[in-house]
Amino acid sequence: MTKKKKVPWFWTWVIGSVVFRLILLYFPKNLNLSSRPEVSTPLTSIRRLAEGYWLKQSSVSPYAGSMYHGSPLLLTLLGPLTVKRIEGQPDHLLCGLVFVIADVVSAMLICAAGEKLQVAYSSSLQLLGLRDLSENSERLPSGDFAALVYLWNPFTIVACVGLSTSAIENLMVVLSLYGACSRLAPLAAFGWVMATHLSLYPAILIIPVILLLGYGPDAPPRKLFCQKNRLEVGNSSSSDSYSEEKAKNQLKVANVFSWRPVVSFLLWTLLWSSYILVLCSIYVQQYGGLQELFKRTYGFILTIQDLSPNIGVLWYFFAEVFDFFRNFFLIVFHGNILLMLAPLALRLNHRPCFLAFVYIAISSMLKSYPSVGDSALYLGLLGLFAYELKDMQFSFFLLSGYVGVSLLSPVMHNLWIWRGTGNANFYFATAITYACFQVRYLYSF
Amino acid sequence: MQPMALPPKATFPLSLLLLLPLLLLSLVLATSTQQEEFSEELLLKPLPDRKILAHFHFQNEAPLDADSFARHHHLFPKSISQLVQKFHIKAMELSFTQGRWNYERWGGFDPISSHNAKPPGVELWAVFDVPPHQVDASWKNLTHSLSGLFCASINFLESSTTYSAPEWTFQSALGSLRYGTLPREAVCTENLTPWLKLLPCRDKAGLSSLMDRPSIYRSFYHSQQLHLTMSSAASDGSRSGIILQQTLTVVLQPDDQNADMNHVSKAKVQPSWSLSSIFGRKISGRCVLAKLSNVYLHADRGLVAQLENLHKNTTQFANNDTGPEDYRVNSGFKLSVTPKRMHTELGKGSSILYEYPIKDYKDTEQFDLGLSWEHPIVWSSPHAPFYASRFLMGSGNERGAIAISLKSTEMTQGLVTNNIEERCKLQVNVLQVVPWYVKVYYHTLQLLVDERPRVLTDFVERMRVLPSEDKVSPGMMELVLQFPCEMKSAVLSIEFDKGFLHIDEYPPDANQGFDIPSAIISFPDLNAGLQFYDKSQSKSPLLSKLQEKSPVLSYTEVLLVPLTTPDFSMPYNVITITCTVFALYFGSLLNVLRRRVGEEERLLKNKDASKAVFLRRILNKLSAKLRGRPLESTSSPSSSSSSSSSSSFVSPKLILRVLLVAGIAIAWQYYSQ
Repeated sequence: MTKKKKVPWFWTWVIGSVVFRLILLYFPKNLNLSSRPEVSTPLTSIRRLAEGYWLKQSSVSPYAGSMYHGSPLLLTLLGPLTVKRIEGQPDHLLCGLVFVIADVVSAMLICAAGEKLQVAYSSSLQLLGLRDLSENSERLPSGDFAALVYLWNPFTIVACVGLSTSAIENLMVVLSLYGACSRLAPLAAFGWVMATHLSLYPAILIIPVILLLGYGPDAPPRKLFCQKNRLEVGNSSSSDSYSEEKAKNQLKVANVFSWRPVVSFLLWTLLWSSYILVLCSIYVQQYGGLQELFKRTYGFILTIQDLSPNIGVLWYFFAEVFDFFRNFFLIVFHGNILLMLAPLALRLNHRPCFLAFVYIAISSMLKSYPSVGDSALYLGLLGLFAYELKDMQFSFFLLSGYVGVSLLSPVMHNLWIWRGTGNANFYFATAITYACFQVRYLYSF
Repeated sequence: MQPMALPPKATFPLSLLLLLPLLLLSLVLATSTQQEEFSEELLLKPLPDRKILAHFHFQNEAPLDADSFARHHHLFPKSISQLVQKFHIKAMELSFTQGRWNYERWGGFDPISSHNAKPPGVELWAVFDVPPHQVDASWKNLTHSLSGLFCASINFLESSTTYSAPEWTFQSALGSLRYGTLPREAVCTENLTPWLKLLPCRDKAGLSSLMDRPSIYRSFYHSQQLHLTMSSAASDGSRSGIILQQTLTVVLQPDDQNADMNHVSKAKVQPSWSLSSIFGRKISGRCVLAKLSNVYLHADRGLVAQLENLHKNTTQFANNDTGPEDYRVNSGFKLSVTPKRMHTELGKGSSILYEYPIKDYKDTEQFDLGLSWEHPIVWSSPHAPFYASRFLMGSGNERGAIAISLKSTEMTQGLVTNNIEERCKLQVNVLQVVPWYVKVYYHTLQLLVDERPRVLTDFVERMRVLPSEDKVSPGMMELVLQFPCEMKSAVLSIEFDKGFLHIDEYPPDANQGFDIPSAIISFPDLNAGLQFYDKSQSKSPLLSKLQEKSPVLSYTEVLLVPLTTPDFSMPYNVITITCTVFALYFGSLLNVLRRRVGEEERLLKNKDASKAVFLRRILNKLSAKLRGRPLESTSSPSSSSSSSSSSSFVSPKLILRVLLVAGIAIAWQYYSQ
């Protein structure tokens, strides 16, 4: 049942993507990707990170001024790499290598999570008594498929070559999901804590992660089990009691919410977060402590102070909205993310992985500084649910929409910023269209 | 009530009349110990490019008393002394400037260019004598007071995004100095009139009567300044008085008078001028309140050297000796009035200062100094060691780079030849303040020395960086650089991203661009002061100012950075469209959630259409196996039972979910109210 059936040439494709990235990294001046608004937001820009590191080195707080808003841990990890040079190589090569590795690791994790999902799927099918179905139907290796989609997605490549730190955030999110899928509570906790620490929005993933740990990976709705159970009971009323017992036991196994991994997850979360907080407080001790850190990172994310253009719509909205409405709209927009959490969790609690995917898509659409790196993550995860892809309506329309927007947006940006002939509205229009497509995309599930 | 109030009213003037002599006496007694002094001086200087520099210098001194709110001032402007008292100002300088000082032609290595060449617009710095946490508050109050006093928008300097606290460029006043500029400020007569009001004679008498508005504002460069310092008593160093220096520096182009009197018919001869020809007026007597009233004519080192050369070459030329002693100099030009005294600078090839006290001229006799050139003379003013200029690099509205270039002048070559034995180093201080919307990446600071990229740490001795904070504070960079004297050129460049502002933060003419204030380049090792021989007898404030030891200072150009603008016309459209997108998201997601609940059965059926077929087949098989015979009829009741069971299963949940959504909606409604 669990035989490894890889997509043909899987490893070739993986290596190919790495080589492709390296070739792109070797281009001089990094193709100017690292300063593209689509790639580097104020949170993920490598230049800002380098500035923060430089400030730190010249014994000024890295959060002095409003340049750097990322995590101090990222600063210690990537900071030295922004300064190190190898003779005769591009300046950013070392950083680039880190991001390439992060990408490949997250792809591998997606692949592994996909396998876990597949196993769970077939076992649940078995439980339903559809052994024949699971054996007969041609199984697409969705994990491999998703990993390749993630690796070869132009958005991922652009984000990686543009040295956006979103690659590392994505890695942490995927790590958390993988940990939850394979019921490794410490790993899931670590991934979740790190992802939350890095970009705050993955905090909402705690719900799917707990569900994953509690119920196990995606399964058909429990109603189906009930249904099947009744059927079986109804059908096998005359049969021997053994099979009935067995079915009931199986049902119990499938339905029970196991508290032990969840509790251990929460404990580990506590542990990891206190660990990270201690590390951070050591780092920012001389510069105003944790309060300053939170103000500069989470506060910056939540209050949307930087109005430089990105692929989202909020920057232009907050550049134009009247000041006295600002706070109201900040609450509304962030409330929008939180509002949908509970209904979606109720609706999709039998499929926590899919729930996580929907959450990621929502947050990457509504977050304050979205970049293509965020889209890359949910488009990659989409591959895990290849079955839903089959049912998806308007898939061609959506695909062409994505392609169109990602081609038009740089053109409009160029017209507005560089030529001075266009207007901010043109660029904003592409951002709006992008948001619409994302909505449509979400809606189509 | 009215009749009751009459007797005191009637008696008050009487008593006042009685007391008046007493009061006056007491005042005289009080002021006899510490005199208020006022002096007015004018320095004229021919510039190499056929222009004239006129530098008015008014100095007002007043003793400082503890209770000077109640004090009466004879000469000193009360508003200024109140300002000093109220805000505890230790030193202050306010300048209004129009035009740019041309360092290349008008010189950069003399006291006037170091003190009076200012960046365009308004520049203000002040040192306060208050605890550090009150400095900002004092600064804000001061800007408002000055704004009212000078009819200028100095109050814009109140915002913390416009001022900074440099430490090395000006006096070393730790933490209590604030510096701000407004490059866009237009300077006009409405700023000059309140400035003149501070003078005891205003512009009614004395040297200030020369200030004919049209000729002053026609000038190439015009800078009016107010400089406040505390004079300290020699014994204990405590503050004993306020010194207010008001200066007006004007660079004018005289009308060419050579055309009609062309006995030397050469176009190259500098234009001759007189006070009446450049100002349109003559000095008709001094301000009687002034202790000192002098006019000086300054011939700088380059000019004197050329005159000496000229004299050597043309010894046969008949010199008409108008000057009292120095015939050499006057072989080049002729002065209409004989100078009373002459000050010569120490050393060889030194500058000469002619002095004309106005006191000597009666009211009937008007003083009109004129200078007519007899020979074409080409000279150059002394330069600072480096010409500093600044420019923007890059295109587009996303990012760019600021470059400050320093080019060595003949002055540094002189330094090299002087100290050939030891390794000569020249210290250069750079102060660069950038507004917050120019987001400077300080780690991209690069230094090119003699057109080769060099490691920054080899040249930077100290560095102080205060990065800008959005909408809170400007970025400031102070550098102390040590350059070898033989260096030809150096370029400092630093990259920046252009910020995006809120729609309200753009000025009305947003597409004109935003100004980056001038960078200040100073050479603290060099002394801009001039040393004259007769120090003892001259008590002139202007002369002592010229002789004051001070670093050489120069300002770079103001940069104009175009920033991207959003669309100003349609904020409502943006708001409504964005909200529509969010509504679309919210509505459609809600719809999906709700509809799935409602269509549970059909959806389940759809979803498991394939599975159901299998299910049925398997069930059939199963039952067939169990019962040993094929039975089709079982499938229909089973499916019906399943559907009924699922529908009955769903309905309470459906209600629950609808309730939940309604609850959320109510909560939302309540909240948004």
